[in-house]
Amino acid sequence: MSITNQDVQHVAKLARLNFTPEEEQMLTEQLNAILQYAEKLNELDTDGVEPTTHVLHLSNVMREDEAKDSLPIEKVMANAPEEEDGQFKVPAVLD
Amino acid sequence: MSSTKYETVIGLEVHVELHTKSKIFCGCSTEFGAPPNTHTCPICLGHPGVLPVLNRQAVDYAMKAAMALNCTIADVSKFDRKNYFYPDSPKAYQISQYDQPIGENGWIDIEVDGQTKRIGITRLHLEEDAGKLTHVDGGFASLVDFNRVGTPLVEIVSEPDISSPEEAKAYLEKLRAIMQYCEVSDVKMEEGSMRCDANISIRPVGQKEFGTRAELKNMNSFRGVQRGLEYEEYRQAEILDDGGKVVQETRRWDEAAGKTLSMRSKEEAHDYRYFPDPDLVRLHIDEAWKERIRATIPELPDARQARYTSEYGLPSYDAGVITSSKPLADFFEDSLNYTKDAKAVSNWIMGDLLGYLNSTGLELPALKITGRGLGEMIGLIEKGTISSKIAKTVFKEMLESGKLPQQIVEEKGLVQISDEGAIKTIVEQVVAANPQSVEDFKAGKQKAIGFLVGQVMKESKGKANPALVNKLLAEILSQ
Repeated sequence: MSITNQDVQHVAKLARLNFTPEEEQMLTEQLNAILQYAEKLNELDTDGVEPTTHVLHLSNVMREDEAKDSLPIEKVMANAPEEEDGQFKVPAVLD
Repeated sequence: MSSTKYETVIGLEVHVELHTKSKIFCGCSTEFGAPPNTHTCPICLGHPGVLPVLNRQAVDYAMKAAMALNCTIADVSKFDRKNYFYPDSPKAYQISQYDQPIGENGWIDIEVDGQTKRIGITRLHLEEDAGKLTHVDGGFASLVDFNRVGTPLVEIVSEPDISSPEEAKAYLEKLRAIMQYCEVSDVKMEEGSMRCDANISIRPVGQKEFGTRAELKNMNSFRGVQRGLEYEEYRQAEILDDGGKVVQETRRWDEAAGKTLSMRSKEEAHDYRYFPDPDLVRLHIDEAWKERIRATIPELPDARQARYTSEYGLPSYDAGVITSSKPLADFFEDSLNYTKDAKAVSNWIMGDLLGYLNSTGLELPALKITGRGLGEMIGLIEKGTISSKIAKTVFKEMLESGKLPQQIVEEKGLVQISDEGAIKTIVEQVVAANPQSVEDFKAGKQKAIGFLVGQVMKESKGKANPALVNKLLAEILSQ
């Protein structure tokens, strides 16, 4: 599997990143190098091995359904770039 | 569809809010209507370095809902991140379930035009709700309230087994009833605790492949779903009739305009790059857990409907209507603690009670009338204390005041007159005052007696026992 310039453009767009053509070229090469390195893993025989979705051997970590105090509104708003009526104000995103 | 050239294929995605006390991954309250952002914390606000911990009750409810929809419950389930940028999601991803949902391969039965049809349920998974946006400054800015972020939801995805807007509505109503019976949610579409998106396509009759589908959003009521789908069937048929092609896109139902409108969604909108959430460990659901939840599932609407027909002899249609809402079915059963006449209870519910609910737009729990009130009122009719006609007045009063029928009858002096002497006096007066009708009757016009009965009832202000009126009138006229 290899990464093309189009793949980089696509992922960049999803991540809302803007690259110059030079940066795009550089990232394409770097990502390909990383993937090639990871390809080595394919040399292992993983037949009959369950896919790992988590590195911890833990399951069923849960809490009881109890409502706790929330954060005071001043702290909630402490990092808001703009605020109005106790709400975060952001530029409109149109669908 | 009016045209018989095409057939419709519909699949529904329904989100149901689970009514836990706290959010799915943090301890913030899920209470509705709090001031904006006062039910938030670093976890649901998506601050860096925080650790979500799963709410056990949310899993229990999701399992219960999945079992009630005849799903197979997963032995192993996990949570995944669904990545997208939108201001309603503070983390820029939603915690959801991708390939190991809580439940899969279920079904429910719906009834349309007396026919039962089975609709497959692809899957039911758990996820967190998003925040609420209010657009301000003429559409140039949005205000964000994160209170709803993290409210537990189940998403229920149907198979494309639904063939008409009417079936879609029946499916939603059945789904709502089942969730209501299971007591996992308020399931109010108008308040957003149940929400529905639809995929709809049409194809020429006989064609195997599906047509190009549109995804419909923003249908906020059962009627809205039906109307939105009807409009979309019509719109797509027109395009095909004109030799055009339906475009795959997301469309918004505009209730006021009665139309669906394109949302011009970005071409890459559906690239969510799911991956397992490393902050949440796997769920192992063993048999003991499944059995514990299975034991909490109550009698469901279909079983209740079958019982009402077999045990009480109700027509299947009536039993279906009554069991479609848990409060209504509970009201029915409560009434039967006070009368044995189930058919009479059913008739009053199907007629006067539902008529009142439809005309006022109210829901049963908002009314003051009790099952006891209706049951006792039917008892008063049986005993001859009040006539069926007077009962209508009593019933109306019970709807408004919640008083018991005996009290209403006494306060308003509505007791039926069953004293032969008193009725005879009125009958004689009416006969004397209407010689023409008496002539007509004697000349063979059967209709005339109806008029005379009506006059007697009017004179007695509706209180005369109708059976006695008929009997006495017949006696006097035959003299």
